[in-house]
Amino acid sequence: MLEKKVSPRLEMSHLFASGHSACSGCGEALAARLVLWAAGPDVIATSATGCLEVFSSNYPNSAWEVPWIHSLFENSAAIASGVEAALRVTGKLDQVRVIAQAGDGGTADIGLQALSGMLERGHDVLFVCYDNEAYMNTGVQRSGLTPLGAHTGTSPSGQTSSGNPNLKKDMPQIALAHRIPYVATASVGYPFDLEKKVKKALSIRGPKYMQIFSNCPLGWRHDPSETITLAKLAVETGLFPLYEYEDGQLVSARRIASKKPVEDYLRPQGRYGHLFAQESGVEMVARIQAQADVNIERYGLMAKKE
Amino acid sequence: MARRIIEGSRAVAEAVALCKPQVVAAYPITPQTHIVHELAQLVADGNLKLEFVNVESEHSAASVVLGASATGVRVFTSSSSQGLVLMAEVLFNIAGMRLPVVLACVNRAVSAPLSIWTDHQDSMVVRDAGILQFYSENAQEAADLTYLAYRVAEDHRVLLPAMVCLDGYVISHAWEVVDMPEADQVDAYLPPFQPRYRLDPTHPVSMGMYAEPDKYLEARYMVQRAMERSIGIIQDASNDFERVFGRPCPGLMEEYRMEDADTVMVAMGSMASTAKMVVDQHRESGEKLGLLKLITYRPFPEKLLYQALEPASRVVVLDKAVSLGAQGPLGTEVRSMFLGQPRPRSVSTFILGLGGRDVTESVIDDALRKARRGQQTGEFLDLRSDLDLEEV
Ligand SMILES: Cc1ncc(C[n+]2csc(CCOP(=O)(O)OP(=O)(O)O)c2C)c(N)n1
Ligand code: SF4
Ligand SMILES: [Mg+2]
Repeated sequence: MLEKKVSPRLEMSHLFASGHSACSGCGEALAARLVLWAAGPDVIATSATGCLEVFSSNYPNSAWEVPWIHSLFENSAAIASGVEAALRVTGKLDQVRVIAQAGDGGTADIGLQALSGMLERGHDVLFVCYDNEAYMNTGVQRSGLTPLGAHTGTSPSGQTSSGNPNLKKDMPQIALAHRIPYVATASVGYPFDLEKKVKKALSIRGPKYMQIFSNCPLGWRHDPSETITLAKLAVETGLFPLYEYEDGQLVSARRIASKKPVEDYLRPQGRYGHLFAQESGVEMVARIQAQADVNIERYGLMAKKE
Repeated sequence: MARRIIEGSRAVAEAVALCKPQVVAAYPITPQTHIVHELAQLVADGNLKLEFVNVESEHSAASVVLGASATGVRVFTSSSSQGLVLMAEVLFNIAGMRLPVVLACVNRAVSAPLSIWTDHQDSMVVRDAGILQFYSENAQEAADLTYLAYRVAEDHRVLLPAMVCLDGYVISHAWEVVDMPEADQVDAYLPPFQPRYRLDPTHPVSMGMYAEPDKYLEARYMVQRAMERSIGIIQDASNDFERVFGRPCPGLMEEYRMEDADTVMVAMGSMASTAKMVVDQHRESGEKLGLLKLITYRPFPEKLLYQALEPASRVVVLDKAVSLGAQGPLGTEVRSMFLGQPRPRSVSTFILGLGGRDVTESVIDDALRKARRGQQTGEFLDLRSDLDLEEV
């Protein structure tokens, strides 16, 4: 039923064309399509090196129906700053919105400096981080946004390891520290929420930061048909809270109707498989649960509506 | 046209301003900083209208001008040494994307040891990037090459970035008499930037796509062809320069007292001035010495350079850079031109002046003396004798 309602609207968007070479069930492809669907055609988009760039721009084929530029891995925000400066100086900034895009590595690790510069200088750009929680384009290695306990090529599980030993970097808070007018998280599991946030972000002048939960079925080793289910579970467990900050104030946080244990989210994913095969996994699952509980508390995800 | 005594950096900054870039991004590094100060001040005083983007690194400086150039506006950036090396990744990218970004490199040595003084090792790091490289002898030439750089870079038969190199301190911080043209002269010489493609929602294009092995080779070949084509375009731009500004700007190279010379030195940058003095002295004592000052190093104008050097029997190349483990880059390339030629010549190559060591007349004399004794290869000049240099 819902599908019927959704598809005609989605079909109206051809700004991110099909025919690209993403894996089936790829959250990044879906997220990029949703972002452009919400943004409309009067946009210039930049991309960092990464899966999205590679699967969408194999010369001479391009999935991008809006003007699009890719330069390098770490400079999407700086390229967007230059695009914005050029639009500003030629008086076109009123008609064109600038969207900078990068994966979690291109955002929170190697691209963090350029992003910080862009946010601090106040460029009128929406920066979108497609968070698939690892360096996927190079074959699944850990990034600063890889969550606790996840197995990747450079945070492997083994006799002496339960996967990634570090907590996921709190990137939205880093963005917030730049005192920018809008910071939000979104998820491919909630397309209308994502749409609303992109639209709101683009209506605000100045730098905006959005981090979108974007599954990678290949790197997370889950069935491609599970993308949406797992994206929703990430929210319902509290592991990936959906919220918005405007002018530094938390203005919305998606409430959890009934809290799910993190195990429901972890079990279907191969990247967490070791947690259920090793004895030490029990402790790691408990630590992940504690993370979810911290989020629920911090963002008031279970609080009753007044 | 007004002749004024100004600092080299000021001359370059004013030349850039006359070219009316719309986005400038740069990051401080000695000895390049004065150029950026001057531009920022021109903007602050309301004498120049552009977006000045205060970036957080040279990598972003180059990226900002890349993005702005792709959006269709004229841009400028500049750097030195570590900053230029940090930019290198982006500079290769700019060239491959065929964006006519113009930048100044205020030449400085590369660390370690840390040195803020001049040599050409920084610009040599990016000599293979697909950037046109012009080396200036003095402030006048640095300013003049700036107008020429924009004109050639933006020519639709070229569409490549261009770098104007000027020696740190020796040119950037010295005050010289410089002829600064009127704005309408520069306008007559340099047409407004007409991008071939630009990011524009009314005509969406994708830029910076990836190429599989069946296309990459061709993309690089096309850059190579554009480089080759640019030689003729630099010559035209140089001829036009004289017509519009009423004084010469040689562009590719300058021949100094080379008629009948049997020994010719080849040098780039400010040391060409010293070499000219050495030529004059030797000429006075009847020696047939000349200098070829190479201005355009990329593209390497091999045919014309060969023609110019052909009559000489001895060539002496002075390099302010070294490819560690091989030789000086200019020396290697000049020598290779003569390989397989019927008439053998002595081509001696020297490395001198690294890290700001003064290139004096006596150092150049030493090169000439050694070259006369027999062909030298990558010989370091003016090394101290009071240190144990064989110590690891
Ligand atoms: C300077 C530099 N270092 C490393 C790489 C190799 N590289 C390309 S994409 C990538 C990972 C991208 O990860 P992320 O940003 O998370 O995007 P994803 O592919 O996961 O969407 C890496 C390491 C590069 N292109 N440039
Ligand atoms: S590897 Fe992951 S992110 Fe990359 S295309 Fe496949 S599913 Fe998408
Ligand atoms: Mg990633």
